[in-house]
Amino acid sequence: MSDNNLKKIIIEPVTRVEGHGKVSLLLDEQNNVKQARLHIVEFRGFERFIVGRPYWEVPVLVQRLCGICPVSHHLAAAKAMDIIAGVDELTPTAEKMRRLMHYGQMFQSHALHFFHLCSPDLLFGFDADPAIRNVIGVARKFPELAVQGVMMRKYGQEIIKATAGKKIHGTGAIPGGINKNLSIEERDFLLKDIDQMVEWSIGAVNIAKDYTLKNVDLAKSFGTFDSNHLGLVREDGAMDLYHGNLRAVDKDGNKIFDQVNYKNYLDYIAEEVKDWSYMKFPFIKSIGPENGWYRVGPLSRVNICDFIDTPLAEKERQEFMAITGGKPNHMTLAYHWTRMIETLHSIEKIKELLNDPDLQGTDLVKIGKRRGEAVGLIEAPRGTLFHHYKVDEHDQVTMANLIVSTTNNNTPMNTAVQKVAEEHLSGKPEITEGLLNHIEVAIRAYDPCLSCATHAMGKMPLIVSLFDHKGELVDKKVKE
Amino acid sequence: MSEKMITFKIDGVEIKAKVGQTIMQAADEAGVYIPRLCYLKDLTPHGSCRVCTVKVNGRCQTACTEPAVDGAEVENKTEEIEGIRRDIVDMLFVEGNHFCMFCEKSGNCELQAEAYRLSICAPKFPYLFPARDLDGTHPDIFIDRNRCILCGRCVNASRDVDGKTVFEFVGRGSEKKVAVNADANLGDTNMAITDKAADVCPVGAIIKKRVGFAVPVGKRIYDEKPIGSDIEAKS
Repeated sequence: MSDNNLKKIIIEPVTRVEGHGKVSLLLDEQNNVKQARLHIVEFRGFERFIVGRPYWEVPVLVQRLCGICPVSHHLAAAKAMDIIAGVDELTPTAEKMRRLMHYGQMFQSHALHFFHLCSPDLLFGFDADPAIRNVIGVARKFPELAVQGVMMRKYGQEIIKATAGKKIHGTGAIPGGINKNLSIEERDFLLKDIDQMVEWSIGAVNIAKDYTLKNVDLAKSFGTFDSNHLGLVREDGAMDLYHGNLRAVDKDGNKIFDQVNYKNYLDYIAEEVKDWSYMKFPFIKSIGPENGWYRVGPLSRVNICDFIDTPLAEKERQEFMAITGGKPNHMTLAYHWTRMIETLHSIEKIKELLNDPDLQGTDLVKIGKRRGEAVGLIEAPRGTLFHHYKVDEHDQVTMANLIVSTTNNNTPMNTAVQKVAEEHLSGKPEITEGLLNHIEVAIRAYDPCLSCATHAMGKMPLIVSLFDHKGELVDKKVKE
Repeated sequence: MSEKMITFKIDGVEIKAKVGQTIMQAADEAGVYIPRLCYLKDLTPHGSCRVCTVKVNGRCQTACTEPAVDGAEVENKTEEIEGIRRDIVDMLFVEGNHFCMFCEKSGNCELQAEAYRLSICAPKFPYLFPARDLDGTHPDIFIDRNRCILCGRCVNASRDVDGKTVFEFVGRGSEKKVAVNADANLGDTNMAITDKAADVCPVGAIIKKRVGFAVPVGKRIYDEKPIGSDIEAKS
């Protein structure tokens, strides 16, 4: 592959986030960081062009939002459209096929982030030369690990193909059910490698755990801040990535609300608009925009659940929670560890499902009485994903509201950047290489969509601008 | 007494035809596939899409309407003819709003299948992005005019087979569109889901509601074999 071709692959997704992650740091008169802003300036407009489309098309249409975790959008929309189609409970085959698809997606997305995007930071250090600190560098120095990353991602993609028909942008979930079951051949093909995948997942948890424990002082301070956490839990409080009720806890683990039926999310969550970002700022209504913002994603899910219903992941969860005495863990870097706990949980679930004969069932779709409005929620790899639709009597969508995971993490990402900037900008109005590196690592921990475009070649395209207390630009660094 | 037969050639291969058969009919029976979009066996051919263009003794004709003539030399799969077809199919794509990635007809769509067969990977003409309307008023049938290629199958099927004249063409040139009983919505007509007109659309412009993506990827008509394979299997 020529250099030119390589560059095109990397830049292409970046253009959708306006070329760069943009960060503005506003200083006060003493040159301390007053505010950090991560600007998300991409504008997609999906909520608008879904309007008018027939409801059964939406799960396939809306997944085009993303190429990394389209399954999340596919399933969140399908869950909403089940309700529109008048179906409250799927057949066991349909529900389990969708769960298998979702766990496959969680597995591949988390593996992609950990091995391809984040591992260079952990293995080489945040300040290492970008020429080494990238996935190619990992492949050179830790070839076995690089292969595991590729093979784990591939395995997740094979699960998606077997359930959705294609590895990316499939069609499996349809309103009221699923369009295929899992053939014996597909099942046996996937079972062949399952034990290897479990073993590698345990290894990956250990890498993240060992790193965090070895660098616990760094982890405790790096972009760490108290926050609320939000996510779905099962009725018995277990982690459930596919379906459940909303739970939010405060920084000490006290429940702000619990077992809330997500169809009523608007009673609990609101979104604030700020003039410097296209991304909204969600918050818990009862607390207000100032302090009601929350985190979502792997860290939050492990923080809020009472237990994980698969033995290996539950053991890891207990070990993780022991560090903070059972209270929520607020370390930004702990996202990596919890992401790997979820990876292990997902592969345990996949193994359980592959051995379930319901997947070979033939009762795939249910039909009910049409309804006009529905909400579908799912725990996407990056966090809680909200889909809300209204459909008219002609079967056409009249309203769509999507709160995506990265949006939920908007304020937390800004806060993390601020914390890091405070630490690495010591009274001088200039942007150092160290500051750039650390901002990059803090943002990446949240695995926001823009990170997918950034780390593959060790070059996170990032613009950091520094403004003094008068609002004048005093320094600007661009990292191509 | 047996029917009178004639002989002509397609790309140098001798084809037998009954007197009165079109080139398309004779070719189909002989297992030679000529790409087509508006032609459907049960409907009166009208040569509107021009995708079945062939050269008969050096002149361009539509194979679906042109009678087979004894001794004629027909060019079908030549570079020139394939180029013409490619351009025609390409124009059909850019003149509408064909988003295969979320169209439920994908994999069963004749336009998409012809494009694959003609190796069209990307359009060479600029997209026009026309503003087209949708009609969801019928309880069982949905119209998405973004995907209409004006083949006229629905117009003919409704008129000639269903006896209802639900559809008709209105407007001219780039403004031309399929209208429903002049200017009404489909829900105002007597069209039924069992009508022939509900079954003939080659693209995703007239679809049956709530079917969506019920057929999984891999089981759709053109997932395994290209369009025309059934005809070529006869040879």
